[in-house]
Amino acid sequence: MKEVLEILENNARATPEQISTMLGITIAEVEKTIKQAEAQRAILKYKTIINWAKLGEQPVLALIEVKVTPQRDVGFDSIAERICGFSEVHSAYLVSGTYDLAILVKGKNMHEIASFVSGKLAPLNNAVQSTVTHFLLKQYKEQGELLETKEEVKRLPITP
Amino acid sequence: MTEAYSIATKDFSSVISQKLSKVSPSGIRRFFDLISSMEGAISLGVGEPDFVTPWHIREAAIHSLEKGYTMYTSNYGLLELRHKVAENLESHYGLGYDPDCEILITVGVSEGLDLALRTILDPGDEVIMPDPCYVSYPAGTILAGGVPVLIPTYQQNSFNIRAADIEPRITKRTKAILIGYPANPTGAVMPKEELSKIAQLAQRYSLLVISDEIYARLVYGTQHSCFACFPDMKEQTILLGGFSKAYAMTGWRIGYAAANHQIIEAMTKIHQYSMLCAPISSQMAAIEALRNGENEVEAMVREYDKRRRIMLKRLNEIGLTCFEPKGAFYAFPSIEVTDMSSEEFAEKLLIEEKVVVVPGSAFGQCGEGFVRCSYATSLANIEEAAHRMGRFVARARQRHAPNQGAGGASSSP
Repeated sequence: MKEVLEILENNARATPEQISTMLGITIAEVEKTIKQAEAQRAILKYKTIINWAKLGEQPVLALIEVKVTPQRDVGFDSIAERICGFSEVHSAYLVSGTYDLAILVKGKNMHEIASFVSGKLAPLNNAVQSTVTHFLLKQYKEQGELLETKEEVKRLPITP
Repeated sequence: MTEAYSIATKDFSSVISQKLSKVSPSGIRRFFDLISSMEGAISLGVGEPDFVTPWHIREAAIHSLEKGYTMYTSNYGLLELRHKVAENLESHYGLGYDPDCEILITVGVSEGLDLALRTILDPGDEVIMPDPCYVSYPAGTILAGGVPVLIPTYQQNSFNIRAADIEPRITKRTKAILIGYPANPTGAVMPKEELSKIAQLAQRYSLLVISDEIYARLVYGTQHSCFACFPDMKEQTILLGGFSKAYAMTGWRIGYAAANHQIIEAMTKIHQYSMLCAPISSQMAAIEALRNGENEVEAMVREYDKRRRIMLKRLNEIGLTCFEPKGAFYAFPSIEVTDMSSEEFAEKLLIEEKVVVVPGSAFGQCGEGFVRCSYATSLANIEEAAHRMGRFVARARQRHAPNQGAGGASSSP
């Protein structure tokens, strides 16, 4: 399963036929493996990485450090789930260090994100102690892909 | 005024050494001009990796330059690099070469090959080699004053050179057998048993073997057999290896030769006068490659393997029958169904579909009827190129046998 998923992670559009050829297994095995992975939620979703800057439509991203008062008996999970429930929250992590949760929030503009923090995040009483919001100013790399490729260094088109 | 004019029109062909007229011009050069005027061509004609040298290796070279490593090294190469090469050969093949006197760091396998030939050949000495083979083998032999003896190899036999075909061509003038497996252009790997027969031949007739193993790390679903490992062959083998393909370091011009100390000493004698030493930054980079490059090599090999399987399948699907290449990054399909010569196929494919392949005839007479397709390029390129080649082959088959339709057989006897 691992090799099938590695191929799909890199290229969600790889066909079962291509995957079967690359790995030397049957198409039926590939399709079965994919179904299993989807059922187990090893495959969460098939998405495309878009560079919105090319359309001049850059969404605003903010990395928010959240300090949390852990709930008795449930630790951080319950508050983390509450926070993840908000659609503005793109990603969320429990982290080591000086704060507890690192969440990535997307909005149309800074105002929207600021409203989210003050209107939805901070008011989670008895849970959220404090937040520090970092607005992401420029993105260089996204999930392994460089956003701006500098001059393409080309090989000679034909060599012995 | 008159003198300057006459110099400009002077014919210099008479001052050029006669040797050069015996070396055939490259069958690849003329495609350069055709390609340069073309936009959007997909090239399957490249003989080098599409990966950039891994960053840690580039970083080591940059760092060495910053620290001031810009001077000559020992003719033999940095001792540390020779030690690392020796360790590498020991761990991969169990071969014990003395880094002090049995290893020479060369300017790529290209220079290693040139040195080996110039070291062992007296005028008129013969060197046996497979046909087709890498372009430098016959050319290098002629330039070193020797005579290439080409042994035909065939698709049915996966282009392996057979001991039975070599033996009748051995004469009193035969000095060496020159082989390069995994092979360029065919992608062939020779199984141990077949190589063993060649080793026995070399023993029986006291022949040297020059083994170009530049593609040694690029093998798929099989093991590479290092020629120096065969019984009693270590003394008689000039082993050439390098970094260009495994570590994507083609432009760095760095490789090595391993052989008995007398041969290495003799090769170094030429090397010290012609090159002095391999570039120091390339040597420093190579040390880093051997120290920490394993994971990257393995990742590249896995990636090549996936592309290899796709390329092989697509070529066979469109009617260009191809044996399974188990090494390097080339497929060598037959273009028989199109009833064209290799050159004609390559040229028309380029003009009509903007796909570059190298005519097999550029690598020898037995390459006629084949083309070399490199899979050292992205999967997307391979799929698109195969798609375009499919169209091209279908059209050629229609023209060739219009009454039989797309599934028609070729009319070869």
